[in-house]
Amino acid sequence: MTDGLIELRHVGKRFAGIRALDDVSLTVRRGEIHCLAGENGSGKSTIIKVMSGVYQPDEGDILIDDASVKRMTPAESVGRGIQVIYQDLSLFGNLSVAENLAMNRYLKEGRRAVRWGETRQIARAALDRLGVELDLAADVESLPTSARQIVAIARALQAEARLIIMDEPTTALTRNEVERLLDITRTIQRDGIAVLFVSHKMREMLEISERLTVMRNGKVVVQGPIGDFTEASITRHMTGHDLSHETYRRPAVTETVPPRVAVEGLTVPGAVAGVDLTLRPGDIIGLSGLIGSGRTELALALFGMRPDHGGTIRIDGKEARLRTVGDAIRHGIAYVPEDRLSEGLFLTQSVSRNMLASSLDAVTRGFTVDRARAATVSDGMIDAMQIATRSGETPVGFLSGGNQQRVVIARWLLTQARVLILNGPTVGVDVGSKAEIHRIIRDLATERGLAVLMISDDVPELLQHCNAILLMHRGRIVQRFEGGTATEDSMGAALKALR
Amino acid sequence: MSLLRRPETIVALVLLAAMLGIGFVNPAFWSLDNQFGLLKSNVITGIMALGVLLVMISGGIDVSFPAFAAAAMYLTVHGMVQTGYTGVAIPFVVATLIGLALGAFNAFCIRAFRMIPLIVTLGTASVVRGLLLGLVGTSVININKMPPQLIEFGRTDMIDITHTDGTRFGLTAMILVYGALALGVHLVLRYTMIGRSLYAYGGSPESASRVGFDTRKTLLFAYCTAGALAGFAGLLHASLIWLANPRDFVGFELDVIAAVVLGGASIFGGRGSVVGTLLGVFLLIMIKNSLILMHIDTTWQQVVVGAIIVCSTALTAWRDRKRVG
Repeated sequence: MTDGLIELRHVGKRFAGIRALDDVSLTVRRGEIHCLAGENGSGKSTIIKVMSGVYQPDEGDILIDDASVKRMTPAESVGRGIQVIYQDLSLFGNLSVAENLAMNRYLKEGRRAVRWGETRQIARAALDRLGVELDLAADVESLPTSARQIVAIARALQAEARLIIMDEPTTALTRNEVERLLDITRTIQRDGIAVLFVSHKMREMLEISERLTVMRNGKVVVQGPIGDFTEASITRHMTGHDLSHETYRRPAVTETVPPRVAVEGLTVPGAVAGVDLTLRPGDIIGLSGLIGSGRTELALALFGMRPDHGGTIRIDGKEARLRTVGDAIRHGIAYVPEDRLSEGLFLTQSVSRNMLASSLDAVTRGFTVDRARAATVSDGMIDAMQIATRSGETPVGFLSGGNQQRVVIARWLLTQARVLILNGPTVGVDVGSKAEIHRIIRDLATERGLAVLMISDDVPELLQHCNAILLMHRGRIVQRFEGGTATEDSMGAALKALR
Repeated sequence: MSLLRRPETIVALVLLAAMLGIGFVNPAFWSLDNQFGLLKSNVITGIMALGVLLVMISGGIDVSFPAFAAAAMYLTVHGMVQTGYTGVAIPFVVATLIGLALGAFNAFCIRAFRMIPLIVTLGTASVVRGLLLGLVGTSVININKMPPQLIEFGRTDMIDITHTDGTRFGLTAMILVYGALALGVHLVLRYTMIGRSLYAYGGSPESASRVGFDTRKTLLFAYCTAGALAGFAGLLHASLIWLANPRDFVGFELDVIAAVVLGGASIFGGRGSVVGTLLGVFLLIMIKNSLILMHIDTTWQQVVVGAIIVCSTALTAWRDRKRVG
């Protein structure tokens, strides 16, 4: 008798001839916190689906409590105490917290009737187990993401879980909420429940897990106790190569050139209370602060989406009226909201169409698109951005992640953007693509002289890729860190002081 | 959710305001015979609305129920005339079952071919209407051929009042049937797992099957109940107006859907209640009837119903979006 709860032995899985899993062996022990790391497409989600019975492996065995399971079905998996918390949490936003928590129990017992008093009792007990308090009558969709996650975890525990698999649980959480989640994970562990964390965030893995398995291209690359790893070594195993850790320095610019963007006394009612900001060509300025600090409103004001803003904005020395998005685009400002780097693409459409999507005016003659001109423009861009694609007509979905990112960036460049505002540019992006995005942003700043304003919660990201970081609080910039001199500790302390 | 922010409360307040307004313009509105008449007009639309409510909570839409109601009603009455059957209970059971079977076909198409409910129900509505007229007949069965026991049944009153001038009026007992059905649907929605599964499925179909609901059963339940209620209401309608017209209920879907949406059900699914629906039906019928009372041309009613749909859907959509954001 080993202490293995679930064990995969030499598991293989193919989809249409492509190997999603190749001879994967992985054991999750009772009551341990195990981390499964890997980039998108490394086979992590396939593992989850094999463990939860959604997929049947083509080769190999699944053992639960050291006994081979012949056919793993979703019902079998749940019956054996395996619960998956998917990234979307699978909660019912339109139903109350209490009902979401009690539903599993009712379903498991095959009940036909609902007793509301009992529903609340079940829910209260479930939350007590995690030591949290939530309004049981509130609709789940009215809760913040972190609270929804707690509901999802409590629900999984309700189903007599012995192993909880969490798929990218920290993606949508702020640093503070991540801490709380990790605390809850430890609470669960004390009850003897194992947790499999599926993530690509090094920091959390190092912080929480006892053992780590790293996957790449459907194979297990390395496995061992967490003490054997460092951030750099995890990254190396995940991507297969080392990533640069150089901090960004702005190329020297002559001070006589007017700044690209000069903001004075910018106000947005209820959000920004007077901000001065200067962006020079080649600047990558980081902007951080708690949610509600006014940082997003500041960005939206620059992008013409807050026509009620006050103060003056100068672009290249000339005062600019930015009252509509159209105004902002005409002044060369591009704003990329969260996730757009990875999701702002029409995957089934061609590379060329994706690149031209925001600048069709430039290649339109009368009412029709000038195809020859469109092809010239997009081919030129494919060369300039070194996008690895067979032709401009290839659907973007066929390109690798990094190349897809370049297509999105090419699209902004075609709009003649000179100022780039990025809101959470790498939220939910895996390490390899993240490095790629950072590299492209740095190239844009140094080689094309764009001024970049980068809003982010990711302290290491800000420190490495910005030449200055501004900290916002209650609508004002309260602190400025110079790149190269600030450290994670000093910034972390400053952020903590704001709470 | 606090009582004040519930959609039902808002509909009730709007209803109250509208009643006061209409009563102010024309005090005849408050007369008992007008109120009784109003309640009577609620019955058919209301019963159908209960079915549509279930479908809308599940995130779907049904536009086939008027056709099903017409088919169930005409087939049953036609059969009664042909066989000379004299009972009442069996015909209602038959009409209900016809509606149920047609509803099951809707559910089957939606589930098996993963088709959009609107398209499926548009299609089945057209097919059923066509088959009815082509195979069964096009002639209206009017009062002299209608089975008398149906007419008698439809005339049952629970309150009878005689005016001083000798004319009599009453409150139809059908309102009890409506009330009982409404209570039944309410209890199912609130206190049974199949009822809750409608909300779950309407909220997130993917999650519903992940947590272990039998979503096939959920869909089947929604569309079968909608069909069955429509079939029942169809025959009841014939016994209230004393004739069976195979071309009846054209355009009914708009009224009923308007009433359900007005009652706070979300067009995106996952939200809606019987109380809201009852209020929505009452409000819609009252507005339509009052337009007649105020001598406003019937063509304008269509404008009003359309405007109500657009406004109330916009309102609920705005509410739902606000909640997400």
